[in-house]
Amino acid sequence: MRKKNSLPNPIKRWWWLFLGPVVAAFIIGFVWPFLQGIYLSFCKFRLVSDAKFIGIDNYLKAFSDASFVHSFWYSALFAVVSLVLINVLAFAAAYALTQGIKGSNLFRTVFFMPNLIGGIVLGHIWSMIFDGILSKFGTSILLESKYGFWGLIILMCWQQVGYMMIIYIAGLQAVPGEMLEAAKIDGATNAQTLFKVTIPNVMPSITICTFLSLTNGFKLFDQNLALTAGQPFQIQPDGTTVKTTEMLALNIYNTFYGQNANAQGTAQAKAVIFFILVAGLGLAQLAFTRRKEVQQ
Amino acid sequence: MKKWFALMLALVMVFALCACGPKNPSAGPASNPGTETTPGGENPGGENPGGENPGGETAKGSVYWLNFKPEADDILQQVAEMYTAKTGVPVQITTAASGTYEETLRAEMDKPNPPTMFVIGTAPAVKTWGDYALDLTGTAIANELNSDAYNLYDANGKLVSIGYSYECYGIIVNQDLLEQAGYKVADINNFATLKTAAEDIHARAAELGFDAFTSNDMDDSSSWRYTGHMINLEYYYEEQAAGTKWSDTPASLTGAYMDNYRNLYDLCVNNSTVARGDLATGGHDAQAEFKDGKAVFYVQGSWEYAAIIDSVPSATMIPYYCGVEGEENAGLNCGSENCWAINSKASAENQQATMDFMVWLVTDPEASELVTNGVGGFGAMPYKSAAASTNGFLALSAEMTADGKYVMDWATNFQPNSSEYRAVLVSALNQYNANPSDANWETVVTAAIQGWATQYQATNG
Repeated sequence: MRKKNSLPNPIKRWWWLFLGPVVAAFIIGFVWPFLQGIYLSFCKFRLVSDAKFIGIDNYLKAFSDASFVHSFWYSALFAVVSLVLINVLAFAAAYALTQGIKGSNLFRTVFFMPNLIGGIVLGHIWSMIFDGILSKFGTSILLESKYGFWGLIILMCWQQVGYMMIIYIAGLQAVPGEMLEAAKIDGATNAQTLFKVTIPNVMPSITICTFLSLTNGFKLFDQNLALTAGQPFQIQPDGTTVKTTEMLALNIYNTFYGQNANAQGTAQAKAVIFFILVAGLGLAQLAFTRRKEVQQ
Repeated sequence: MKKWFALMLALVMVFALCACGPKNPSAGPASNPGTETTPGGENPGGENPGGENPGGETAKGSVYWLNFKPEADDILQQVAEMYTAKTGVPVQITTAASGTYEETLRAEMDKPNPPTMFVIGTAPAVKTWGDYALDLTGTAIANELNSDAYNLYDANGKLVSIGYSYECYGIIVNQDLLEQAGYKVADINNFATLKTAAEDIHARAAELGFDAFTSNDMDDSSSWRYTGHMINLEYYYEEQAAGTKWSDTPASLTGAYMDNYRNLYDLCVNNSTVARGDLATGGHDAQAEFKDGKAVFYVQGSWEYAAIIDSVPSATMIPYYCGVEGEENAGLNCGSENCWAINSKASAENQQATMDFMVWLVTDPEASELVTNGVGGFGAMPYKSAAASTNGFLALSAEMTADGKYVMDWATNFQPNSSEYRAVLVSALNQYNANPSDANWETVVTAAIQGWATQYQATNG
């Protein structure tokens, strides 16, 4: 049986010193702002220190805002499409680069590099690239929502595939050689080996990569702002607008800063809804893919 | 080895935490990424041995100005140093990065030592920030004014902010090039004559070696010239037609002068160095084109004077001619969004110190000369004892007024939710530039007119 006081004495006395900084940083940097954010979503405020409690008005306004609803569906569509494309491409790249071809390390490095560039810079670079091509056809990425959508998909794939690829490579390298050999001896085709042996064995990588790309897709902000900033807008006859390529995070930002002080609480409410959504979806997806994981 | 590593990590964490915390309460604003000067040293409170004032001010109080014009930062830091050297009062001037003034102001106002002096430049800003402004009626700075045309009042008649400079905008003309093309600026006195000259120059651009208008980019760095400035002609003439001068944002517009806006906008984008389809994402440098003599006309304002006058000594400015009856008598668009407010929540000493600093700035010959005529300076200050402006465009505007021409005021300052309103207008203009059809123009009109009412409701509804 384990002794009750198994911790060495100095740690028993000094645990708070070791734990303190992390806990303090976590509370200062996350817990407190998070709680304050939730409180502010029920307030009308101009300055954070000068807020007035008004109940659930902000939530009602957020749900009745057509641009918020549009940005939700747009983000959802974007997240699904980018999740599929990024993971398929990243897995394909990882699979190709674990077959022992020459120069694999160089390719891995090069594919990973776009991930080191910041989102705003990427957005501006790609807007120049897309417009350089589209202007030959007399149009621009800011003029058609479908260009904006696919432009953002291309940008995100370019940026994220290399990162996910590294995770998949780690997963692929951990597939036991004996298992692959056994499959070969049993006469499995390449496709059978891939789908029946390799993929079930890399499920942990798939879990983490789909989680990352799903939440990244929903949380996307910098690239969205720099590439299209929501343009083109659909201007309704009554003067209201729907920003056709505006995603959730940008919608929240625009509500907070683009509108008058009364809308800041609404933006805060949107942010809380946004958090619940992303956390809920992320957890659901984790639970789903976890079930598919196999024990090695 | 592992132990050492763990110890190192723990130490790094502790230091990181220490570095996060403010060194003293007065260091609050120093965490702002903008530039700043605190001549009193890192800790102005250190000069106060009694230490009973945790705010970090000396007994004389201190000044903290949140400036919104990045181009003026250099000269403002100089005057801050001059003032501290002279009086010993610490002056800190922080400049918000371009386009982030509103965000910076919100963040700074929340800190223990908020700005004592900040800018409330438009009617909507009065609504947002009026509660935080001291009533300046009858104060020392108000007594120095020679014109109250640029002051802003709230609904109760409180003098919320006081104009510290004024500017004007229109179309800058390179007279040398215009004459090479066979025209004289004196002959251009309405839209028809401007159109004839511009279209002729554009048609002969290859032969002449220069075009009519500089590029008219619609990205964030340039679109305000059309959605903030040029659109002012619509608001101004609407104001005139109604025989009023706005004192608050109207709930709606008639749009009666949108065709005139279209006249001038089309003239610019159709007769320019860059085709209208290539303007959406920008990337062109209109100022460089004008300085290099690549185009005759440049839609801009008086603040460009110091930057262009050496390259184009013959530069002058004409009004927005747009086909309105009687426009031969038009002057430039003159106004201001440069208005100082004093923070009503600051301590009495700091308010007094700020007031003293303002008065010094508009009366001291050396300081007022620097902020009026220095590079990036204010242009002209409406104060009795301030240095006279050497800005040629402002002088021209004064001449026009003396000749009996009408000044177009900055009705554009009343735009409700201006950043959102303008973003929608930019999007509509981009569609229109790609395909200049009447249907697409209707969308522009919707964005400008119905968009106004929508944003008015969002602000006031």
